[in-house]
Amino acid sequence: MAEDSVVEDSVVEDSVAELDDSTMDLGRKVLLQLVDISKVYELGSVRFQALTSVSFNIYDGEYVAITGPSGSGKSTLMHLIGCLDVPTSGRLLIDGKDVSRLDELELAQIRNERIGFVFQQFNLLAPLTALQNVELPLMYGSYNKRERGERSLALLERVGLTDHVRHRPNELSGGQQQRVAIARALVVGPSLILADEPTGNLDSKNAFDVLDLFDELHEAGRTIVVITHDSEVASRASRIIRIRDGQLEPTQ
Amino acid sequence: MSWGNLLATAIAAVQWNRMRSVLTMLGIVIGIAAIMVTVGLGEGAQAKVKSTISALGSNLLTVSPGSSSSLQGVRGGLGSGSTLTLSDASALSNSQVAPAIESTAPIVSGHETLTFGATNWTTTVYGTTPSWLSIRSRTLEEGRFLTSSDMSSSNNVIVLGAVTAQELFGSKTALGQSVDVGGLPMTVIGVLAPVGTGTSATSNQDDLAVVPITTAKYSLLGTSSTDSVQSILIKSTSAATLSAAYQEANKELLMLHGITDPANADFTIATEQSLVSAATSVSSTLTALLGGIAAVSLLVGGVGVMNIMLVSVTERTKEIGLRKALGATPSVIRRQFLAEASILGAFGGAIGGALGLLGQLFLPSVIKFPIEIPGSVTALSILAAISISLIFGVYPAARAARLSPIDALRSE
Ligand SMILES: Nc1ncnc2c1ncn2[C@@H]1O[C@H](COP(=O)(O)OP(=O)(O)OP(=O)(O)O)[C@@H](O)[C@H]1O
Ligand SMILES: [Mg+2]
Repeated sequence: MAEDSVVEDSVVEDSVAELDDSTMDLGRKVLLQLVDISKVYELGSVRFQALTSVSFNIYDGEYVAITGPSGSGKSTLMHLIGCLDVPTSGRLLIDGKDVSRLDELELAQIRNERIGFVFQQFNLLAPLTALQNVELPLMYGSYNKRERGERSLALLERVGLTDHVRHRPNELSGGQQQRVAIARALVVGPSLILADEPTGNLDSKNAFDVLDLFDELHEAGRTIVVITHDSEVASRASRIIRIRDGQLEPTQ
Repeated sequence: MSWGNLLATAIAAVQWNRMRSVLTMLGIVIGIAAIMVTVGLGEGAQAKVKSTISALGSNLLTVSPGSSSSLQGVRGGLGSGSTLTLSDASALSNSQVAPAIESTAPIVSGHETLTFGATNWTTTVYGTTPSWLSIRSRTLEEGRFLTSSDMSSSNNVIVLGAVTAQELFGSKTALGQSVDVGGLPMTVIGVLAPVGTGTSATSNQDDLAVVPITTAKYSLLGTSSTDSVQSILIKSTSAATLSAAYQEANKELLMLHGITDPANADFTIATEQSLVSAATSVSSTLTALLGGIAAVSLLVGGVGVMNIMLVSVTERTKEIGLRKALGATPSVIRRQFLAEASILGAFGGAIGGALGLLGQLFLPSVIKFPIEIPGSVTALSILAAISISLIFGVYPAARAARLSPIDALRSE
């Protein structure tokens, strides 16, 4: 597809799992840069430190898994990376641009153009058909009707759902729904696919299909961040970032 | 997001929750239909009053004694009786003096009990002249009306209204019978054709008796020796000369009464128009009142919209979060909910408007009262429905726009 990011040779060559940040090839393009990120939730008088001083880079074309036990701060991290929330302190750079201090409007634009979300619950809108669901992000950008239709149909074809474009979510299996969600995540051609437990609600067969799809996307040069506590899912990634009690675990 | 997409999205949402949307609209539907029917009833009443009064004659003036312009009450009316006289009436009917006046009819009246055999009937007896018939635009069912010779010789003759004749004589013929009027035997020479449709404004038009004013003054109604009359009816030559007739009558009466300052006039000239405006102002007050009550019901409908929209925002928290994650800005979310509210209002208004028009079509035959809904009221009602829904949609929409995407996505 035309909007697929250009794959840098070095990424493909070096996509070996578990490389330390310091050993990273400086020649590769940094897509996402977290610098000393902390997140504190305040519930009335109670403060809860969900993330403490988290720093790492994600490079263009990488397939990264973020894992950790329940409550360790994975989803919190995803919300920050996905520009759904802003960090309490630290800097978050996407393509060198600091997004940690942007206002709601600018964040909405980044979410729309740069990030494709895939959720555990699929989060498709029940009243809309598969095609309309995929078109949704395009509605919030500046695309005309024809562009929306063409792009969405192409992506539904890409995820193997050409025969189901007019189906509504309740007429699709879980695996099919998640594939619609992946098509929706891809439709604007985002820099980053961000998936939180994408296989959490799927049986192993469908989970396998979804992970295969991620592999294909990765091979085509997409940058993918998968959040999971399933080690099998994590093992598909080219790098694993482990988190515990809101802090990065040192890589071995 | 374009307005077209926004509208399509909103319509999809309204359709998806069809049952709820219908229930939400119900309040608006009822409010709009109620406003239209009550305003229609008020307008119908006004039109009816207007047509009834103008049936009395659109080129009619009524002169009554006393000033209308002062706080001093009826000037010259005390002790001396009325300031209007028979000679005033005959002077006004002179076409040299007042060319715009076709004819005049002096009037005295009183309540009398009419007796025929064992039957009694109390009614208003008018003493007047032959011109009364044409001034009042009346016709005779049978017999004849008063003549000038009845006047000059103060004949004991009487013309009855249709209802009065019916009450006294039933199916028997009234013509030529003698009725006892306050002790005086009088011969029935005619019966007036009925005009009444039974409303209060016209009911007394068919229950009355007419006698020569001379007979009335000297033998019947309080045998006043003076020349005075209670009022003078004036008919202009046409509706177009009504104001000329007014000027002429005013000028002539001031001169006859020796009054130089019009502000001191001891009489009042009323047009039928002034009666119409008095009557319509009463019924328009009523319309406003009823319309106000109906508007409150529309307001309640608006609160219903707000209530359901708030529930809908809470229920759709996750949808809102998702839309925000996909790039919807707060203002897009706000507009989406406002669009939903105005669609509910527009549909509710349209259905309510249709119901109101159906009411206009079918209710009058049931309630025996006219309903006239002006087109502007229909259009305004639908506009009001949309704006009420929009106004009450503002708060829920703002709530939706403010939701944080993570809280929204987390909710299960
Ligand atoms: N909005 C919030 N307000 C207060 N505390 C929060 C909030 N969101 C998350 N937390 C807390 O922050 C910690 C990290 O939560 P997070 O959802 O990031 O965990 P997680 O790693 O995604 O867990 P899981 O694997 O169960 O999804 C938890 O202890 C949670 O209770
Ligand atoms: Mg989580």
